[in-house]
Amino acid sequence: MAEFLQFTFSGLTVGAIYALVALGFTLIYNASDVINFAQGEFVMLGGMVTVFAAAAGIPLPLAALLAIAVAVTVGMLLHRLAIEPARGATAVTLIIITIGASILLRGLAATFFDKNFHSLPPLIRSEPWMVGGAALLPQSVVVLIGTAVIVAALWSFLTRTMTGKAMLATASNRLAARLVGINTSAIVGLSFMVSAAIGAIGGILAAPITLTNYDVGTLLALKAFAAAMLGGMGNPLGAVAGGLLLGLLEAFGAGYLSSQYKDAIAFIVILFVLFVRPQGLFGKIGVERV
Amino acid sequence: MRTLLAASAALIALTTSTLAEIKIGSVLSVTGPASFLGDPEKKTLEMYVADINAQGGVNGEKIKLFIYDDGGDANKARTFATRLVEEDKVDAVLGGSITGTSMSMLGVFDEAGIPYISLAGAAGIVIPVRKWVFKTPHTEPMSCGKIFDDLKKRNLLNIAMISGTDGWGKAMREECIKMAPQFGVKVLKDEIYGAADSDMTPQLTNIKNTPGVQAVINCGFGQGPAIVTRNYRQLGIIAPLYQSHGVSSKSYIQLAGAAAEGVRLPAGATIIADQLPDSDPLKKVVTAYKNKFEKATGQPVSTFGGHMHDALFILVEAMKRAKSADKAKVRDEIEKTKGFVGTGGMVNMSPTDHLGLDLDAFRMIEIRNGDWALIR
Amino acid sequence: MIVVAIALVVLLLPLILPSSFYYRVLALVFINALAVVGLNLLMGFAGQVSLGHAGFFGIGAYSVALGPTYLGIPSWAALIGGTMLSALIAFVVGRPILKLKGYYLAVATLGMGLLISMVFTNEAGVTGGPNGMPVPRLQLFGWRVFGSQTWYWISGISLIIGAWVAVNLIASPTGRAFRAIHDSETAARVLGIDVARYKLLAFVLSAIYAAVAGSYFSLFDGFVTPNTASFLLSIEFVVMAVLGGLGSILGSVVGAAILVMLPQVLTVFHDYEHIVLGLILIVFLIFLPSGIVPAIATRFGRRTT
Repeated sequence: MAEFLQFTFSGLTVGAIYALVALGFTLIYNASDVINFAQGEFVMLGGMVTVFAAAAGIPLPLAALLAIAVAVTVGMLLHRLAIEPARGATAVTLIIITIGASILLRGLAATFFDKNFHSLPPLIRSEPWMVGGAALLPQSVVVLIGTAVIVAALWSFLTRTMTGKAMLATASNRLAARLVGINTSAIVGLSFMVSAAIGAIGGILAAPITLTNYDVGTLLALKAFAAAMLGGMGNPLGAVAGGLLLGLLEAFGAGYLSSQYKDAIAFIVILFVLFVRPQGLFGKIGVERV
Repeated sequence: MRTLLAASAALIALTTSTLAEIKIGSVLSVTGPASFLGDPEKKTLEMYVADINAQGGVNGEKIKLFIYDDGGDANKARTFATRLVEEDKVDAVLGGSITGTSMSMLGVFDEAGIPYISLAGAAGIVIPVRKWVFKTPHTEPMSCGKIFDDLKKRNLLNIAMISGTDGWGKAMREECIKMAPQFGVKVLKDEIYGAADSDMTPQLTNIKNTPGVQAVINCGFGQGPAIVTRNYRQLGIIAPLYQSHGVSSKSYIQLAGAAAEGVRLPAGATIIADQLPDSDPLKKVVTAYKNKFEKATGQPVSTFGGHMHDALFILVEAMKRAKSADKAKVRDEIEKTKGFVGTGGMVNMSPTDHLGLDLDAFRMIEIRNGDWALIR
Repeated sequence: MIVVAIALVVLLLPLILPSSFYYRVLALVFINALAVVGLNLLMGFAGQVSLGHAGFFGIGAYSVALGPTYLGIPSWAALIGGTMLSALIAFVVGRPILKLKGYYLAVATLGMGLLISMVFTNEAGVTGGPNGMPVPRLQLFGWRVFGSQTWYWISGISLIIGAWVAVNLIASPTGRAFRAIHDSETAARVLGIDVARYKLLAFVLSAIYAAVAGSYFSLFDGFVTPNTASFLLSIEFVVMAVLGGLGSILGSVVGAAILVMLPQVLTVFHDYEHIVLGLILIVFLIFLPSGIVPAIATRFGRRTT
């Protein structure tokens, strides 16, 4: 039982970070049909800017805010300078543009920061809590609560505000949204900024546990993409569920089956799920229009 | 006639300018997952070559560097190796930050007859001996042997292992498992983690629940060992933890924080420069290197840049003894390197040993109060 | 027409190549182009995404390493065996995977590629793990095949053949079926096209191209590492195909040429290499969103395939 709990804690912590990145994928996908492969770089920026701002003497909370601001600006610039000018291009072309952006951002981070790994002090400095014989990190709880708060905030933004509703409208039918007077291009830009903010917050929360460097985004993007598809593309709750599930799969795979093939186990489950439900766990079945 | 003269003058100027230059090539993993090796190696090389050139070069000739970044990809490394040989026409090559890139390049230099000193760990680079191939760092069997010696001394013979899937972690894990019986060491549990994983709690939980484990060895490099060390303490495992020299840089202690207290590892003397007794033959070299690197880069010294330091000076001294940069002569002189004191230890090469380091060069180090402490 | 153009380039380039380094880079261009031509059949013509093609490339690469080393079979036989194995895996996995659409297909192929690369990385006892393993040289009729010039010709001629097969296939009824599926699966089905069968055919064909290219790649290097099956290489193939132009065979060659040669050119930027590479990708695709070759072709008012 103790080990089951331990694997669960581990899986949920890692899964929460996947969930935040997957959430970012989903928002941008809903607004524009694009998978933004630079999503992992927002997480990297969150962690790295905080680390270097703090090292420059800025108090940690301010450094974190600065990092979020930097990521949001980068998200806005990415949309304004790279996605918007290529309007009308196919989704595949736009995806390759985001891959170019991801290479560019990694290059910039390697040059202007450094190539070493860095850590941030945890929010609550304390020894791990023992729960049912398993060690629970205070920072893990911070990550989980942070994820829950972000999801709740996003939910109320999407359902309570006009802008949020415009985002949902754009997601469900772009043409109709444009017809009722929604500036869909601005909505896409906004989705990039919100995704960047979510990614950056994820990066800041996770850095005390997972460490950060200029290169952390690549693998995170890959895993989170898988998580988003597992949950069902386009559904924010699916993204969160997919992220947590992927984290748990990896932890239980490593703990109970084979630590060497834990990633394989996770992907075999994903493949199996997709064979049974080709639209992911919570996705809608798309209808092809001829 | 005048144009002919001018042309021949230009030609002479061209040939003399190429004559008065020693070309040294280097292919390093400056970016990618092994950038924490390639980055200090590149900085070390540039720093010392600038110095040597400021002092008039080697045998009166300035050194010109050709440095390429392979990003950790063996195929890219081989393409750059071909470029060094065919295009840049270098006189010697230093580098190959990791085993994979070194192994894919060494054939190119061996066929072309260019002296090559690798900075990668694997013993397989110099065993079997290849005429033109040398290396400077300690190998996996050395690391395993040193750790097992220490385990025997402390009578901790039942161990568990946790290894990364990076090249270094994989190679060292296999070597340790192979060597364990010779030392009477039993491996009770053998766990693996992905090189870029961010949580090793499940693997360590299994180790914790294995009865009889007296010590744990972590084979790996990069950020993995730092996370292993943190998770290890978080789970409250009390058995002593051993790392390999893959973590011998200050950033490991910074990342692992208080969790690193009491961790032991075998490593070259670079990181404990100031703690060496004055009688230690290495003291002068490692102190000089440490001070120079830290002043020039503002970053704490690691043993990795030291591998480049040693390779460069083995080469430079061989060129001085050969009184030229002639490839065959320089190769012969590298092979005759005797009593060379580098940051990794005393180097005595021979036609059958293109590494020339023995286990004495390796020190057992414990982390105490956030710093390295030499175990005497 | 396109095949002739490629053939002329392969034949005439050696007249201006100054050293065997250039032969090496071009041989790598041809080898990558071969894999990308195959991928283009799948992505550009049949309209199915694959983010796992390096998996097939890796199978080809490791088959010529493992076959001769452990089974004692000659390299050329191992190459054929590896290609057949790739085709078989594509056939078996393809059926269920190709039912998925768009990004779901992308993630499924990604998972397949990761599984393959994980085997090469983890089974270190056989494959040497992340450090890789040496590949015995190819021997044909007692002739030891090595060197950049030799491989320039082998890969160049193979690319010409590969492009010729692809161009002819596209012009055939099969090619028309591919494009019908690309435009609309439902419409294709209404027209009586066996959609599942044609998608599978495109997948298997592209796996064969990738496997042959992978075998060449590791025979040429004489050394193989799991990078040959890595996710990043899969992405690189897709970038080559899109940059050159999906649905254009010549585009695949151009895309491969640019992405293979750029890192060699960008070394002048030293530490800023990756920044420049990223910028180039973005700028090219903003101004030539349909890919280099199709964009130029429309500008000159011609249609090419």
